[in-house]
Amino acid sequence: MGSVNHWRLTVNGTEQTVSAEPGTPLLDVLRHDLGLAGPRFGCGMGLCGACFVLIDGQARSSCDVPVWAAEGTAVTTVEGLAMKGAGEAGGGGLHPVQQAVLDEQAAQCGYCISGMIMSGVALLQRNPAPSEPEVRAALDGNLCRCGTHQRIVRAVLRAAAAAPAGTTPAGAAAGGAAE
Amino acid sequence: MTLSPSLAANPDLHRWLSFAPAGRVTIHPGKVEYGQGVWTALAQIAAEELDVALDRVEVAPVSTDTSPDEGVTSGSRSIEDCGGALRQACAQARAAFLAAAAAKLGTGPAALAVRDGEICQDGTGTGLSYWSLGGPSLLGAAAAEGPAAKPASRWSVAGRSAPRLDLPDKATGRPRFLHDLVLPGMVFGRVIRPPGPAATLDEAGAVDLPDGVLATVRDGSFLGVLASQDRIAVAAAARLAAAARWTVRESLPDERGLKGFLLSQPTEDQAVERRDDPAAAARVRHTRQAEFSRPFIAHASMAPSCAIARWDEGADGMARITVWAHSQGPFPLRRALAAGLGLDQAQVTVHHVEGAGVYGHNASDDAAADAVLLARRLPGRPVRVLWSREDELGWGPVGPAMVARLSAGLDEAGRIQTWRQDVWSNGFLGRPGIGGTPRLLGLSHLAGAAPIPAAPDGEPSGAMGATRNAVPAYDIPDLAVTRHRLLTMPIRTSSLRSLGAFLNVFAIESFLDELAEVAGADPAEFRLAHLSDPRARRVIEEVTGFAGWAGRSPAGGTGFGLAFARYKGTSGYCAAVAEVAADTSVTLRRLWLAVDVGRVINPDGVVNQVEGGALQSASWALRERVRFDRTRITSVTWDSYPILRFTEMPEVAVRIVASDQPPVGAGELAQGPVAGAIGNAVADAAGVRVRDLPLTTEQITRAIEEA
Repeated sequence: MGSVNHWRLTVNGTEQTVSAEPGTPLLDVLRHDLGLAGPRFGCGMGLCGACFVLIDGQARSSCDVPVWAAEGTAVTTVEGLAMKGAGEAGGGGLHPVQQAVLDEQAAQCGYCISGMIMSGVALLQRNPAPSEPEVRAALDGNLCRCGTHQRIVRAVLRAAAAAPAGTTPAGAAAGGAAE
Repeated sequence: MTLSPSLAANPDLHRWLSFAPAGRVTIHPGKVEYGQGVWTALAQIAAEELDVALDRVEVAPVSTDTSPDEGVTSGSRSIEDCGGALRQACAQARAAFLAAAAAKLGTGPAALAVRDGEICQDGTGTGLSYWSLGGPSLLGAAAAEGPAAKPASRWSVAGRSAPRLDLPDKATGRPRFLHDLVLPGMVFGRVIRPPGPAATLDEAGAVDLPDGVLATVRDGSFLGVLASQDRIAVAAAARLAAAARWTVRESLPDERGLKGFLLSQPTEDQAVERRDDPAAAARVRHTRQAEFSRPFIAHASMAPSCAIARWDEGADGMARITVWAHSQGPFPLRRALAAGLGLDQAQVTVHHVEGAGVYGHNASDDAAADAVLLARRLPGRPVRVLWSREDELGWGPVGPAMVARLSAGLDEAGRIQTWRQDVWSNGFLGRPGIGGTPRLLGLSHLAGAAPIPAAPDGEPSGAMGATRNAVPAYDIPDLAVTRHRLLTMPIRTSSLRSLGAFLNVFAIESFLDELAEVAGADPAEFRLAHLSDPRARRVIEEVTGFAGWAGRSPAGGTGFGLAFARYKGTSGYCAAVAEVAADTSVTLRRLWLAVDVGRVINPDGVVNQVEGGALQSASWALRERVRFDRTRITSVTWDSYPILRFTEMPEVAVRIVASDQPPVGAGELAQGPVAGAIGNAVADAAGVRVRDLPLTTEQITRAIEEA
């Protein structure tokens, strides 16, 4: 292994310092150094979407981003989506996309659902009222093996309908370190 | 009431449920949750029989220490086996508690009722409850043929859609999967696989290993590394892989001649079903024959397999092995590990922890064996092994490639009189321990170990293995179905969701459309004319009705297809209609499905499973194919093993046909009918019959050229 450096990362609005080699994948740092289980390892090549996080508001894979490249960005994982102080998860504290996933029962094994939620959140932030084809296109980088696609599309559309533009916490979540 | 087989095999009531902690009910199913939603349905069954609110019910993960042994969670049997047992166990527990309460109150049990766990008399609480009466002694009895479970007409929790118990954790990223489990002192292992199934390790080579590497393990062609962090283990594994020298041998068939390979191998040939009508042949006026095939198909779970193992050397000199696995069969895995390591099974404990969907037998059991082999090197330390994506696609067992050869004769009136179906395939039963060998990848690579032998296929029947659903459900007087199980296995095969049903139903339903054309009949009318089973007729009538089959307008490259099967010939009924746009490539637009799975426990759970089965099957039918060269599987990434994406997936609509028959599973009944419906829709749209899966541009173009 090469030299270990310190990296200052802003994750879910909190600045943290981690020690890792520069080439260490951001996903590995999130899961193992920061204890965040939401982003999941699926392929290690950025091909399946299970590890999607928001980086400066854009949904993208974290398995193929080296930790050095994440410095200075705002990283949001599924754990950072729930509205702070709004109650226990499972209740009113969920982001509208998370709530819609539960309302639509939009998962089977659920291994890839956190990555899809990140894609849905990023979509609604840039396009608060997407069409169904736009939702499908936004989720095309996320693979689902259980065949839950239709429910996930419905969930994103439901979240859009439930949360008119400007009222979702997506902006805050995507901004990460939002004041 | 006769005891359910699973309860008869595990008759102690306390194995199935406990009234702990206070105010809660914990059920202990022997079936595992892997995303199919079975925990929720089982909790509904327990809540219903115990008369408690659903949110009081917790489900304990399967452990070989505490759970009833219900074998493998497979074959869409959990609702029948485990659900049937839990229903009776809970009904008996309720009766035992009512009897105890009646004795205390000096009344008869018939005067008492249960309201959310509280014992009531004349609608008023008695101050007694499941929790105040004290559980263990009352659950000490063995199940007996006794109190009947509640009739479905009185259900209030079962039979209604209930949200999945596991989804809140999954939607919020709370640790729930085995991949998230961190045990104190845990270290990380990686295994370096050979460059092909017939490759052997000559020399591990000298390697400068990074700081943090704790040990390497080499035994025969099994090569692994242990490190303090997973990223260090990954880096060390890469260096070991680069330095290792292997002898590589060609052992795989020519991918371009796969059908010829399957048809030329030594086989075990067995009659599956025979109906003789000596006069049938004389009535035949038209004959047809056709050959259908599917390639090897990967399970392709979203999560590479993972396991944790700890090897403890006891003071008595006896090893104790603890394994955390996302295996579909914790008990069979325990037996196979013990047998493979020369241990008594009492020395091995397997705890199930959820993983991603597995869809049959993927590499989860192999990962467990890897973890044990590495843990043996560092006794006392939990060792986690995570497979790479490439190993998951390249080394996990796959669903066998198959050929089905069909012939049939029609009489003057266009009725089917004769049917012959021959199926060539490797066996589907490659799970741990089946056929008397461990069938665990890592163990087969150890020095002196024999390679994993060709997979068995179970009893020859239309419900099992490669010939699952090879016996058509149609009324045919003269019929013979034969299984040809390959005795060579160049690519390791095992169970893939729905087993042979995927190809057999595709073949039968494609062929039925070809016969309908000969008979000049509409595909729906032709099927109904050969079906006397009213439940079969009902799902076809339902799906053709709500899909608008009679008024369909195939035009401009659009086509519609219909297909039907009763899963295994004995389980759930499913009919599907597909709409495609096809010329030399296929766009699947819509799927309609009607199913009859008997009495439904969780309607939304059934719909979710049927939708999922349909969409996964669409991906198999249109896209999927394991690729290989002469030495190894080469489709080891999502680029080389593509599956259908969001923009390629159709709309899907599912209707449940009401039924008062016993409940059966819903996870595998859509796969065959959906493949058949898509094949028939493609034929309708493109005007050419494609008999070799997947229905890619390459295959359609070839079919056009050969037509």
